[in-house]
Amino acid sequence: MPVVLVAIIKVVVPLLVILNLLPLMIWLERKGSAFIQDRPGPNRAQILGVRLGGLVHSLADVLKLLFKEDIIPNHVNKIFYLAAPVITLFVACVTFIVIPFADALPLKNGGFFTFQAADLNAGILYTLAMTSLGVYGIMLAGWSSNNKFALLGGLRSSAQMISYELSMGIAVLTVVMVSGSLSLNDIVLAQGANPLTWNCLRLLPACLVFIVAAFAETNRSPFDLPEGESELVAGYHVEYSSMKFAMFFMAEYINMIVASALIVTLFFGGWQIPFVDTATLRDNADKLVYYSALGFGSFSLLVGLILVTKFKKGYYGDSRDYEVLVLGVPAILVGLLLLVGTLINGHFYFGTEAKQIWAALFQIGLFLAKTLFMCWVFIWVRWTLPRFRYDQLMTLGWKYMLPTSLVTVFAAALVMLLMSQQDQ
Amino acid sequence: MITIHHYLILSALLFCLGLVGLVVRKNLLIMFMCLEVLLNAVNLTLIALARYFRVMDGQVVAFFVMAVAAVEAAIGLGILINVFRTRQSVKTTDLTALQG
Amino acid sequence: MEEFFFYLFASVTVGLVLLMIVQDSPVASAMCLVGAFFGLSGLYVLLSAPFVAVMQILVYAGAIMVLFVFVIMLLNLKEHELVYDRMNLKRVVVLFIGLGLFAFLTKLFLRIPKVEFAAVEASFGTVKEVGRTMFVNYLIPFELIGILLLVGLVGAVLLGRREE
Repeated sequence: MPVVLVAIIKVVVPLLVILNLLPLMIWLERKGSAFIQDRPGPNRAQILGVRLGGLVHSLADVLKLLFKEDIIPNHVNKIFYLAAPVITLFVACVTFIVIPFADALPLKNGGFFTFQAADLNAGILYTLAMTSLGVYGIMLAGWSSNNKFALLGGLRSSAQMISYELSMGIAVLTVVMVSGSLSLNDIVLAQGANPLTWNCLRLLPACLVFIVAAFAETNRSPFDLPEGESELVAGYHVEYSSMKFAMFFMAEYINMIVASALIVTLFFGGWQIPFVDTATLRDNADKLVYYSALGFGSFSLLVGLILVTKFKKGYYGDSRDYEVLVLGVPAILVGLLLLVGTLINGHFYFGTEAKQIWAALFQIGLFLAKTLFMCWVFIWVRWTLPRFRYDQLMTLGWKYMLPTSLVTVFAAALVMLLMSQQDQ
Repeated sequence: MITIHHYLILSALLFCLGLVGLVVRKNLLIMFMCLEVLLNAVNLTLIALARYFRVMDGQVVAFFVMAVAAVEAAIGLGILINVFRTRQSVKTTDLTALQG
Repeated sequence: MEEFFFYLFASVTVGLVLLMIVQDSPVASAMCLVGAFFGLSGLYVLLSAPFVAVMQILVYAGAIMVLFVFVIMLLNLKEHELVYDRMNLKRVVVLFIGLGLFAFLTKLFLRIPKVEFAAVEASFGTVKEVGRTMFVNYLIPFELIGILLLVGLVGAVLLGRREE
């Protein structure tokens, strides 16, 4: 019975984390694109005067999509029309189960508490399988809408996805060869703590191929012709309204988050902290907590003071003036609390279990930071590069990426063979 | 208590369903899918017997059967597309060019 | 617990295969078959074959059936053209022959002595074991399958070309 409970918690908690990262992603996309395009971005939606720099817009989006009229056109195939967004969202959410968030904690009675919901023996194959299943949602959406634009968009999108699945799989094969295991936790462990041995440097071509293929798999720019607003009306989700459209929308962002997490796990060391391996981290966890509490407290105090000095009454003429105060004053208070509390308490002294838990928390935090940075790269590329034309896209996938990934596999296998013969 | 009989009888049921479907239906696409059901029933037998005799050979052969099924599906659908291009129909009763 | 999962996956598989055979629309049949493959994958997990289970989803449900659904959508058959499979005397006879085959096979299988599955070591069915058996005992079939895949690839490209 505790096993089932632990499994449920391990599934629900990352799901909640990812679902809560979703409004953050939407905000990041809007503010980030505004920053790249040199404009202010969304700053009008408010709750009782609090604008939070545009974060409230995500909540406004959700409410708008919930209350929109739910239209089901007359000549659609009802079962598949209703099932398609559910399939897409389900498959997107289910992929994160095998991603490890931190190193395994050794338990008292000999087992390990892994920070992934399922430490599958064939973990990375499961991820590839779920990516292949994502094609169904799009194809069914396009076909069941009984609309030529939707069908065309759906077929194009699925053709694009299955073309880039090949290169993605072969790049993953390279990583698996070097790491010696299909389980994602083993792949992260095999990369070691030193950033010079992470797969992004050891297997740079495979990393580039995988990142480009991940862009194509998640239908993000520059590969978003199938849903291009200016080319194909809206592609495969043109006939969808309100909550079903919201599900496609959510599925795209969750796919982006999961793809970033995968790239970080496979190539950028996953939960590994640079130069600090798990044993060192666990030994020095108390000193690390002390200094990071001091550091974070002073940082928060500084940011709060800077924000408070920017308060200019009458700049906007409405409640947007007080936004800096709303953010600045709590920042100052939190910073003061942390600093004073840590200095009064003095150095921490933890027991072994507390040290392990703090070490795991640091690794989870760094993993999330790396994933968010990779998501920012996704957004950055979207608003920087123009869209590919469809034939350019297919040429890239079949004529350039596939031979590149095959050559990478051969080269990696050759190097591994030569290095193992050198050892003998 | 689940024994080998459960899996073997299930696999026999799937095989017979696929066989009946293959003979009864006239739509080439559905006949192809019944062919895949036949192959999967055989796969289930192989893996159940691998577990029963505790050797890995059944799983390896099942993996090979999957690869062969993939190739067969690709070629079969290529042939079907060509048939559709020439005859504009996927109904087997329309493919009567060689009928005596 | 194992019984519950066995009957669940078995009924899902058999039910969806039955649904697949009687549907008119090929897309509906294809999606039923995808569901049946998920049921089969669950059965493989029960039989200590996790690698084959994931490969079943990856290859069958994720690639072969995607190809099927693609072709069905490209052919773009109108719904009213597809209503021509109806029950008649020939089909009832075939149904009975099928039932007879099933009864014969069941009688044959029930002769096996009723013993439970013996326990297997934890590494049974893992990727490492499958790989070891494949590359030690079945190396030549593995290479031949590679050549077969290459032939299939070339053949599919040739067959799909438009003669201009």
